[in-house]
Amino acid sequence: MMMTKTLLGAACLSVFALTVHAEEGAKLIIDGEELTIRANAPAHAENIDEVSSGWIYRSKETQALQLDDFDNPAFVFVDQAIDEWDKVDGSEGKACSSCHENVEDFAGLRPTLPRVDDGKLVSMENLVNECRTERMGAEPWKWSKGKMTSMTALIGVQSRGMPVNVAIDGDAAPFWDKGKELYYTRVGQLDMACSNCHEDNYDTMIRADHLSQGQINGFPTYRLKNAKLNSSHARFKGCMSNIRAEPYKEGGPEFQALELYLASRGQGLSVETPSVRN
Amino acid sequence: MASGVKPRVKVPKKATAGDVITIKTLISHKMESGQRKDGDGNLVPRSIINRFTADFNGQNVIDVLIEPAVSTNPFFEFEAVVPEAGEFQFTWYDDDGTVYETGKKIAIG
Repeated sequence: MMMTKTLLGAACLSVFALTVHAEEGAKLIIDGEELTIRANAPAHAENIDEVSSGWIYRSKETQALQLDDFDNPAFVFVDQAIDEWDKVDGSEGKACSSCHENVEDFAGLRPTLPRVDDGKLVSMENLVNECRTERMGAEPWKWSKGKMTSMTALIGVQSRGMPVNVAIDGDAAPFWDKGKELYYTRVGQLDMACSNCHEDNYDTMIRADHLSQGQINGFPTYRLKNAKLNSSHARFKGCMSNIRAEPYKEGGPEFQALELYLASRGQGLSVETPSVRN
Repeated sequence: MASGVKPRVKVPKKATAGDVITIKTLISHKMESGQRKDGDGNLVPRSIINRFTADFNGQNVIDVLIEPAVSTNPFFEFEAVVPEAGEFQFTWYDDDGTVYETGKKIAIG
């Protein structure tokens, strides 16, 4: 009797495991183009051998949503950004399209951000707002609000499939060092650093969550839990709240440095913007 | 009328006569509950999609009654047999009386 019980238990467990975790070796192919979801870790990520996309750690159903742009709910927001692209705003009577004829011209921008311009570290959000305030005479958008995340998704998707390739030397070096320090610094009541979950324990369960490496190659990402696009900084904020730390400001120097460091850890992975996660 | 409503559909461009094809539809829609108030304290009128239909050359393919618990941006996927070339017509009906329509042609070959 005991024996059957154990066997049954084992059978149940394996079924459970199959439905929760996606298949080994699943491939991320969108419109016939295969995206790199595993790559050899870059030399500067010395504690891991392989970098892997967060897509690998999601359930089969969530993964499937990203395989087709029609099924991908993020494209609702990308479509909204396409409308916004032609919309005139601000005192100068300009829209994005007044200067940038085709949004396709931005192919190749996403993988190189954040980057250092004139001694300052800039993310895509900074570039969008610089256009809005300086050239359009419009109000800047908030870092993680709908219009901003939609626009960064639209610009980012032009580079989908290209490998992440941020500069970390030269001018960027001090920012990168700062980001690395933040990554390994324990904070909050739970006294945890990013690395405790995303480096030491990725691919294991933290209660009901399957931990990923915390790569940001798919941001802004559509999350099923809040049914909208989320910026990487909003995600950092979420992580920090989870470990009961006081989050840094979105768009602040800490998160920007962390964004650069995390992007560099994903060197070689494809840009997946806009990805789908739970 | 709710803002930011945009119907989108995915129908194959071509099919063989008698083929079963898969159709996907999605409409971006806020589904205003009618319970919320705007900045001045006035109720925002309810605006939820209550019916979705698809027709092929005038013949009804699917007619869905949608209850108010429907999610935002509802996605429908269904199959249809295509006997001849023609056009699919998709219609969403909003509580506030607005009708959102879109069509998609399909060829035989």
